[in-house]
Amino acid sequence: MTLTNDGLWPEVSFEDRMSTVRFDIGERAHITVDSAVCGDCSTRECVVACPANLFVPTSDGGILFNYEQCFECGTCYMVCNREGAITWTYPDGGHGVVFKRT
Amino acid sequence: MADTTTGTTPLSATVATASAATFDVIVVGAGPAGSCAATVLARAGHRVALLERGAFPGAKNMYGGVIYPRILDRLHPQWWEQVPIQRWITRRSTMVMTETRALTIDFRSEAWGEPPYNGATAYRPDFDHWLADQAVAAGAHLLNATTAVGLLRDADQRIVGVRTDRPDGDLWASTVIACDGVNSFIAKEAGLHEELDPANYTLGVKETLALPRSVIEERFGVRDRHGVDIEILGGTSGVNGGGFLYTNLDTLAVGAVLKLPALAAQQTRPEEIIGRLKAHPAIAPLVEGGEIVEYSAHVIPEAGRSMMPTLTTDRLLVTGDAAAMCLAAGIWLEGVNFAMASGMAAGETVAEALASGDTSARGLGGYERRLRDSFVLADHDKLRRAPGLVLSDRVQHQYPEMITGVVERMFRVDNPEPKPGLRRILREERRAAGVRIRDLARDAWIGFRSFG
Repeated sequence: MTLTNDGLWPEVSFEDRMSTVRFDIGERAHITVDSAVCGDCSTRECVVACPANLFVPTSDGGILFNYEQCFECGTCYMVCNREGAITWTYPDGGHGVVFKRT
Repeated sequence: MADTTTGTTPLSATVATASAATFDVIVVGAGPAGSCAATVLARAGHRVALLERGAFPGAKNMYGGVIYPRILDRLHPQWWEQVPIQRWITRRSTMVMTETRALTIDFRSEAWGEPPYNGATAYRPDFDHWLADQAVAAGAHLLNATTAVGLLRDADQRIVGVRTDRPDGDLWASTVIACDGVNSFIAKEAGLHEELDPANYTLGVKETLALPRSVIEERFGVRDRHGVDIEILGGTSGVNGGGFLYTNLDTLAVGAVLKLPALAAQQTRPEEIIGRLKAHPAIAPLVEGGEIVEYSAHVIPEAGRSMMPTLTTDRLLVTGDAAAMCLAAGIWLEGVNFAMASGMAAGETVAEALASGDTSARGLGGYERRLRDSFVLADHDKLRRAPGLVLSDRVQHQYPEMITGVVERMFRVDNPEPKPGLRRILREERRAAGVRIRDLARDAWIGFRSFG
């Protein structure tokens, strides 16, 4: 991923970017993705819009989803065009993202 | 100033028995709305449960961000002596940018650097934690690490409490105040929201960048704890929204607010949009060398009055972001103050209703009355067409070209050509940007009606 920063500062990999955020990850996946529903989706709004980049297209046309580094913002279920593709809840109490300087 | 960023508040109550689980009021969410509601109710002598799903209040909260705390005068006189802020905003800039140009209106006021101040930057985990501490000091029972998973109803379908994810986690009360933020699951469950329209929401993404305090003060031209807030139109890689850059004590916050359907319909990811904003010639010298110490995101209810849910039903009130009370009106970008004010109004209304023994929708009718009599609904009613105007394609894409084009022509010395008249510049730049007079007049009228 290239940022057009003209070499003003070192590129930050997405992994390093996410490593600045604290997550107390719960055992329960608070978001689930039903690949049977979203399998033939061609627009894939979640892939570009999720700020944590949790929706990754796979080579076989599916979506690989990971709930662990989630900001709990709600963008994915709001932009999704497929009823029932994304089941979204908050993580269990005390788990999930922990903001510090936001 | 208390450091509230580290550690977690221990649970202030243990819910084990039915009697211990019975309250007068359950406030869902210990953000600005919930903590203000709980403070008012606890001070009125009521037994209040204040639920927070994070490990501590503020852990889930992020904004883009200036807090205007004057509404706290009533609740916490001399609040400025305690509130954990980063900097008092004494310099407010509004920037209109295209890829190669930027026009900035820059205002500063020394009065905003003295009590009672105007606006402040703050870390929400600090600010919200402090506000919740005031509710606890007033006697509210703060239950951290407790997610509300639904409403409890009796055989007559009346709301009688909240189900939480704690063991034995049913909490009982005659009234529930939903302060659960933009996703607003409690109000949705109660049927108060219309069907979700993603066009009403934006995604806010932000980087917190560390820089030495002295560097920040040099670059931004401020001293002491004074700070700068720059709000930006354009600069979001063609995605309808806006940018922001503001100063904390030894960090900067830079980010973008992006209309969800516009973001989802193109291919540039949110962090790339921030990256491009940071690389803009008007922004790069201000943020250069800043090390990213936190990346964050949150959804914003952007559409104001037109997306607000029904605010009151039997035994339930909705406040703050859960009621879409965030004000996104271009030159005014506020939300925490609206949350605090609506929380206070909800607290006062419920205290009154409990005293009279009627917490039906009718008994809670004072809530909407209070909001109408205050800035909360007055501002939202007056500015009901502003969010749509600000996020419209013309304001987003055509007007920045036109406005900065006009200013470039005004100040460009094209000798030996004589100076063109302003009328000619306006006409030519309007045409160059593809703006029709009819649309310009219509937008000007909406703007005049909203802001005038």
